[in-house]
Amino acid sequence: MKEDIITLGHGSGAGLTHELIADVFHKEFNLPSLDDSARISNRMVVSTDSFVVKPLFFAGGCIGTLSVNGTINDVSMSGSKPLYLLASFIIEEGFSIKDLKKIVQSMQQSAEESQVRIIAGDTKVVKRGECDGIYITTTGIGILPEDVNLSATNIQIGDEILVNGTLGDHSAAIINARQKLMLDPMPASDCAPLYGIVQFLLRTGKLKFARDATRGGIATILNEIYRETKLGIIIEEDLVPIKNTTKVLCDLLGLDVLYLANEGKLISFVSAMTQEMIGELKKQKYAEGAAVIGKVTDEVDGVYLRNSIGSLRPLRMLASDPLPRIC
Amino acid sequence: MDLRSFRNPKLVRQVVKDLSEYRNEVKIMEVCGTHTMAIGKWGIRKLIPENIKLISGPGCPVCVTPSSVIDELINLEGVTIASFGDLLRLPGSIGNLEQARAKGLDVHTIYSPLEALELSKQKETLFVGIGFETTIPGIAYTISEAHRLKLTDFSVLSLGKLIAPALDALLSDKQIEIDGFILPGHVSVITGTDAYSFMPEKYRVGGVVTGFEPLDIVVGIQKLLGQMTRPQIINEYSRAVTKKGNQNAQAMIERIFEVSNAFWRGLGKIPSSGLIIRDEYSQFDASKKYGLMVESPEVSLAACQSAPASVSNVSANCRCGDILKGKIIPIECALFNSECTPDNPLGPCMVSSEGSCAAYYLYERGYQ
Repeated sequence: MKEDIITLGHGSGAGLTHELIADVFHKEFNLPSLDDSARISNRMVVSTDSFVVKPLFFAGGCIGTLSVNGTINDVSMSGSKPLYLLASFIIEEGFSIKDLKKIVQSMQQSAEESQVRIIAGDTKVVKRGECDGIYITTTGIGILPEDVNLSATNIQIGDEILVNGTLGDHSAAIINARQKLMLDPMPASDCAPLYGIVQFLLRTGKLKFARDATRGGIATILNEIYRETKLGIIIEEDLVPIKNTTKVLCDLLGLDVLYLANEGKLISFVSAMTQEMIGELKKQKYAEGAAVIGKVTDEVDGVYLRNSIGSLRPLRMLASDPLPRIC
Repeated sequence: MDLRSFRNPKLVRQVVKDLSEYRNEVKIMEVCGTHTMAIGKWGIRKLIPENIKLISGPGCPVCVTPSSVIDELINLEGVTIASFGDLLRLPGSIGNLEQARAKGLDVHTIYSPLEALELSKQKETLFVGIGFETTIPGIAYTISEAHRLKLTDFSVLSLGKLIAPALDALLSDKQIEIDGFILPGHVSVITGTDAYSFMPEKYRVGGVVTGFEPLDIVVGIQKLLGQMTRPQIINEYSRAVTKKGNQNAQAMIERIFEVSNAFWRGLGKIPSSGLIIRDEYSQFDASKKYGLMVESPEVSLAACQSAPASVSNVSANCRCGDILKGKIIPIECALFNSECTPDNPLGPCMVSSEGSCAAYYLYERGYQ
């Protein structure tokens, strides 16, 4: 059943999304890579992202904070300093101006936190029913320092894999809000800017590559990296930071935290960092829960998880969004 | 409860070491999708000695749902369909619900049947009532709520199935050689262990009800191996399961549903293994309200097994039936990981996240 129409699976960030980008956009636009950001001169980096989320307001953020931090993070992962943002809005007829103000204020606050200026934008209104409240697209522009060259090709056997805190928080917050699961304590999205953490890691001289682990979670990113580098990866389940509420949610619905979305987490590849450096990292904002969770290794060919009882299992790229189970 | 001790590697290894003293070849079947996934996820097959074979039976409600159900739903007009997520990619002969949604069918993924009830207050809603004993009490409660609230735009397509009659049917098949069962944990919370007492009595085959943590599973296997000469039903999951089960939930099922024969994809018609909505609540019975032909074994059988691939998207070479019966393991099917993958599932066992083929695809083959 090769699909001839777009399904939600094509937007999951997993295998179907990759296929669609490769078959349609990559081919027609004749792009050199499948990235969501690009260098337009030696030192100038641009990145763009569209944001649709339901509910629009949730614990830990809203569509506004997502749209600013999401693009700031995309720009930051190259090691660039994000400077400017453009923002476009598609708004449904009947949308509350009070809510719009709230969203725009949160965008401005998020931009100020990262010393980024929103410099231009566009607004379109569509008929009631033709969009779901509001959609936002942001484009970020940043400057790459001269001596920085972060790339998956830098990754080597022996490198460590580091995250800056608990995984799956954003998905947990959204699922809890959408499904009214009333989890206690209520999970909150981790929506946050990651520029500072990338810069800290750059200063240690140990950083080789970083990526913000949004849709598809860290498992999808690790698979993308394996496809590019062909280097084996083992993640240690016991080292993966996860909040208890998120764990309960995963157990309840049969979901795997490694595939859940984050909005304030990066996964980075570093050459052996000292305990002191990790200690310093944990003092940085949004990195309190930082942890080394695995390594690049020639023990395996592929991406694997070593679980709590010591057995290895493959951690694959999923075709589409994971579906919650029935019982 | 802190479950960490159930993941203690030392304890697990100690039990596994004890298992290696068992020399006979033995075939153990699990009949719960969550067990199938847990066994894969924890790498239990590779951990235990090779002479102990774990095979996956009909443990996933999606896998045993006839594809004709999907066709019937896709052809419905003007009704909102509320379904659990697993069902969205189950292939019918004219596509699946996810594709139908992209073409305009109003399909909502829900987590609880009560969400469907809420939906029906805004628009006419049909809830696809799929599940085993774990899920059925919630569906029964939802119907009783619809009745109490005198809702008119809510109905349930009852596809509920009962595990014990399916086990009975499997055991009565002479071709199937199973030495013992890992019995479902969550289903047994509702049914109690007494539901399985016919197994040792009638067939001289024992079973162990166990939980889903690695230690639960290996200890379950160990206990099962210990009773081979004197088969019985063992409760290793006593932190959740009792002898009599949850009698309130049983009463709720009994109030709303009556037992009927049911068609299981891959297994055929099994007597007294399904549930239909009682006449007192027939206004909520979607099969009556919309005249849906879900109970016709002829239609279902054709879609499941004998229809050529040109007529049905379910390939004629699909061996889900043999897999559900434990006759072959997924990697022995010619379609597995060639034509049939989670991107493009041909058979039901590949669709559900808890189907045997999906579990093997994820966990039981090399990375490539």
